Amino acid sequence: MPRFIKRDEISKGRSTSIRIFSVILALFVFSIVFILMQKNPLDIYASMLKGAFGSSYSIRETIKLAIPLCIAALGIAVAFKMHFWNIGAEGQILMGAFAASVFALKFPEMPRPSLLLIMMVAGIIGGSLWALIPAVFKAKWGTNETIVTLMMNYVAIKWIVFLQHGPLKDPNAKGFAKIANFTDNAILPEIFKVHIGWIFAILLVLFIFIFMKYTKTGYEIAVLGESEKTALYSGVNIKKTIIISILLSGGLCGLVGMIQASGISNTLVESVSGGVGYTAIIVAWLGYLSAPVILIVSILFAALQQGGSFIQTSYGIPGAAALILQSMILFFVLGSEFFIRFKISKKEGDAK
Amino acid sequence: MSTVPHISMKGITKVFGKVVANNNINLEINSGEIHSLLGENGAGKSTLMNILSGIYIPDRGSIFISGKEVTFSAPKDAINAKIGMIHQHFKLVEVMTSLENIMVGQKTGFLINKNKVIKDIIELSDMYGLEVDVNKRVYDMSVGEKQILEILKVVYRGATILVLDEPTTVFTPQETKKLFKIMNKMKEQGCAIIFISHKMEEVMEISDKITVLRKGETIVTLDKRDTNPKELAELMVGHPVDLSIKRVKVERTENVLEVKNLKVVDEEGIERLKKLSFTIGAGEILGMAGIVNSGQKELCETLIGMHPVKEGEIYFQGEDIVGKNTREIIKKGISMSFIPEDRLGMGLVGSMDMVDNLMLKEYQCQKGLFIDKKPAISRAIEIIEQLEIKTPGIYYPIKNLSGGNIQKILLGRELAANPKLLIMAYPVRGLDINTCYTIYDLINQQKAKGVGVLFIGEDLDVLIQLCDRVMVICGGEITGILKGENATKEEIGLLMTGHKNELQEA
Amino acid sequence: MNGISTFLAAAIVAGTPLLFATLGEILIERAGNLNLGVEGMMLMGAVIGFLVGLTTGNVFAALLGAMVAGAFGGLIFAFLTISLRANQVVTGLALATFGSGFSTLIGKQLVGQTAPAAVKSFFRPYPIPIISDIPVIGPIFFKQDAFVYLGYILAVVIGVYLYNTSKGLNLRAIGENPGCADAASINITLYKYVHILIGGALCGLGGAYLSLVYIPNWQENVVAGRGWIAIALVIFSAWNPYKAILGAFLFGGLDIIGFRLQGAGIQVSQYLVDMLPYLVTITILVIVSMKKSKRNAPPKNLGTPYFREDR
Repeated sequence: MPRFIKRDEISKGRSTSIRIFSVILALFVFSIVFILMQKNPLDIYASMLKGAFGSSYSIRETIKLAIPLCIAALGIAVAFKMHFWNIGAEGQILMGAFAASVFALKFPEMPRPSLLLIMMVAGIIGGSLWALIPAVFKAKWGTNETIVTLMMNYVAIKWIVFLQHGPLKDPNAKGFAKIANFTDNAILPEIFKVHIGWIFAILLVLFIFIFMKYTKTGYEIAVLGESEKTALYSGVNIKKTIIISILLSGGLCGLVGMIQASGISNTLVESVSGGVGYTAIIVAWLGYLSAPVILIVSILFAALQQGGSFIQTSYGIPGAAALILQSMILFFVLGSEFFIRFKISKKEGDAK
Repeated sequence: MSTVPHISMKGITKVFGKVVANNNINLEINSGEIHSLLGENGAGKSTLMNILSGIYIPDRGSIFISGKEVTFSAPKDAINAKIGMIHQHFKLVEVMTSLENIMVGQKTGFLINKNKVIKDIIELSDMYGLEVDVNKRVYDMSVGEKQILEILKVVYRGATILVLDEPTTVFTPQETKKLFKIMNKMKEQGCAIIFISHKMEEVMEISDKITVLRKGETIVTLDKRDTNPKELAELMVGHPVDLSIKRVKVERTENVLEVKNLKVVDEEGIERLKKLSFTIGAGEILGMAGIVNSGQKELCETLIGMHPVKEGEIYFQGEDIVGKNTREIIKKGISMSFIPEDRLGMGLVGSMDMVDNLMLKEYQCQKGLFIDKKPAISRAIEIIEQLEIKTPGIYYPIKNLSGGNIQKILLGRELAANPKLLIMAYPVRGLDINTCYTIYDLINQQKAKGVGVLFIGEDLDVLIQLCDRVMVICGGEITGILKGENATKEEIGLLMTGHKNELQEA
Repeated sequence: MNGISTFLAAAIVAGTPLLFATLGEILIERAGNLNLGVEGMMLMGAVIGFLVGLTTGNVFAALLGAMVAGAFGGLIFAFLTISLRANQVVTGLALATFGSGFSTLIGKQLVGQTAPAAVKSFFRPYPIPIISDIPVIGPIFFKQDAFVYLGYILAVVIGVYLYNTSKGLNLRAIGENPGCADAASINITLYKYVHILIGGALCGLGGAYLSLVYIPNWQENVVAGRGWIAIALVIFSAWNPYKAILGAFLFGGLDIIGFRLQGAGIQVSQYLVDMLPYLVTITILVIVSMKKSKRNAPPKNLGTPYFREDR
């Protein structure tokens, strides 16, 4: 059994190549599934690429998938940087969508720019309040935020289903339990045939990047995440910093909810988040909590999903395969961290 | 008493990288004997005991138990050789009872047979005078009770050789008395006990034989009756070494810091600083000597506002700063750097690069929402040259640098902060000679500027030669304050181990 | 009276998959590992158990398959977090995602299929002679199917294991203070691996109950979030298998209470009632953390990997 000792240093190039290698390894191992189905994995991967980027239509679809992933992952990254394990992105997206929808449905005739603006603000507030609740529990009583945020996801889903069947039920839907579609005023305009969410995404990537690297609060979040003692030592106001970062985290997810409700589903439905809240966690982690890397990873994951649905029709490979591939990539990258931090020791060690 | 020593360690040598922790150490202990190991921090006591308990393998040398040579490749082997190590930090499960703690890892049958275990415990308890409540949970126990439990644990596993590593550090006198009663009883039963402590009075009271270690070597083994505390202190610290550190003379003006009757308790309510009073003048270096865990860390944290004050006053430039938070205190001009054993600890963020780390305190003084990194970048380049820091670059995460370089970054930052009071704890720990001198020079520069300096260190030669006065702390109390130019290492050594002087306010 | 009795009996049935998963996660967390992938392990067990049951018609093969599948999920988690020192929270989430994809993929061919008759009949309610005639308690607890009885037995076995055996004691020590266990020469890595695998197997069984007995046809999201509730239940039951029985059945009841209330003429939207299990979980978590009782605290070293540091 080889002995491992901590590495003293490792170049950025080396660590990046180890990570890229692990992604390739994951793809390789996953292709065994295709081989078992007696299909050529290279053909399939090529088709996935085609399905994701092959035509202007597919590129647009990929971007539409990447937008919510990217923004939500940014929000999750801010919380994770502080070691607040916010698993509740899904619920925060939903509640943001809910808050935005309330305005969309109440003021359908309001002029478009102002309505959309109000919806955005509502979405942000909805998401951040939903995130604030578990944050308060953690700050006051040390309640484990992982499970509370998780449970809040389910409460949020059930809440929307409740609205669908009850207070917000569309009378015109004739027996079908759904909420009315938004009027055009509540729908995000498009540029290049994609809703302007993509502009938000790019702006937010820049914003978060600058925020985390060049503002005082961003700096304090990073210090606090590493060590509470060091944060105290450098005079950081811990409670304030926690609240700001959680509000930001939930707010970003809430914005995603508004974007999805307004730009994609054009109404409020419990699938408006579609699991983005969970996938975004993986994206945030693989993106090393860094804004530019998150942007890249979210495009890749969106491509995976889009490519996945493409091969669903052409090769009969179920969409669930994309989920497996995503989690396998994560497994391999998680495992590769070990080889980045440790190397095989050649000297005769001490006892054990 | 048998003629064959119970334990015999011959020629033990252990090297870690460049550090020679144990150099050809010889130690002999007989059954029915209490043998004390005396030595400063870094003298090699812990390493030697870790070898005896199977945690480390010696590079050279052999161990004999009752005349037979043994090799330990794991703690299990030492336990089988009937060696029981009682660590300073208890390894007990808080939520479990004494009984459960004793049973952990034991083969007590698939279904635990409580009654047999209890019976055995009672037998041992009577034999050695170890009173224990088998059903009491550890979180309800006092420090003394926990230690008795630890002893019972090893004795239950058949230990007849006991190693006690600084057992009385946080004990009250009554608890110490209790422990000594137990130790004497075990001695009567033929056990061999190794007692590691700095407290001279205790060593003189309980030991039969005393071995002094210094800088990894055995200096001498003496019979207690043949020696006295003064001689032991001398042996512990050795002859003075001339380090030729410049002592800068500065006119003493007003006091930068005045501490009055400072009382500080930790989270468990134990008093860490007991009525501490001292002053530091502008342009003065006050050294602080003391065994690790005598309260240095608590003092540093308290002065910087990270730890609450139970009682007492702290005047910085005439203003009472008790109750102020860290940010305010830093802004007023106190700079504190504490180098813990693992170097990173408090004060540095490992995952960040040098530039971000240099910003750690400064950024608060910058106006606006954004951080301006330019001053930190130029400072980083300055410090790298000044202190000869080896790093692949200023944007490289510092946790990957060697310990010495990480330290230099911290020191560079603190020295450049232009404080009025500079508090440095163990700043030159583990650094090479040249860098040490550079640091001493930098400190003297600050002194010449009228900065007050609190220098907490381990090397007594340095303290004597660099500092104007040397304050010695033991168990949270000041045992003496000596003038730098008059102080001797023996004096300091005595004070460090608890001997009190009439406080000389020099 | 009869209505309530039927309800309680149904609550037990609904709570049984929760019980298995909770017991499994208790073992895993007692070893000091926080595994959020319970949902994934349940799903893997559900689909493999169903598949094996469908193809072989053999109950024991099906259960074995479910256990192996669940244990395999546990193995992935164990290998990544113990041997490769990966972050436990993220690894658990990845496992949950993996299990979800895995079960959907393999389940594609099984959608709509029902569990084979042989399996169904094996798990028909079987009243235990004599005991099931005890008034009140009898019909509720002892007119159940074999899986439920297995659940009772397992809870007791695990309870005895934890509190009355030396191996169980060692396990608890590992979760509380691995340094202490290490000093006592306990092989921490071995204990962790073994208990994670067994825990995974139990979660797999819980999933199989859903797909083979409770539902019992295959549908895509057969576990429907119960894995996450199980994680909360572990905290609720203070890592104590006996209390887990209470918790699981309580939540089983909350799960099915929705349409019962409507049937009883209470006008509450079913969807609001659906929220109850989750709201109750949150409340209990908050209360537990408020009380900060030392007896009910999590294993001290939960979620932190243990590595003997070299000098």
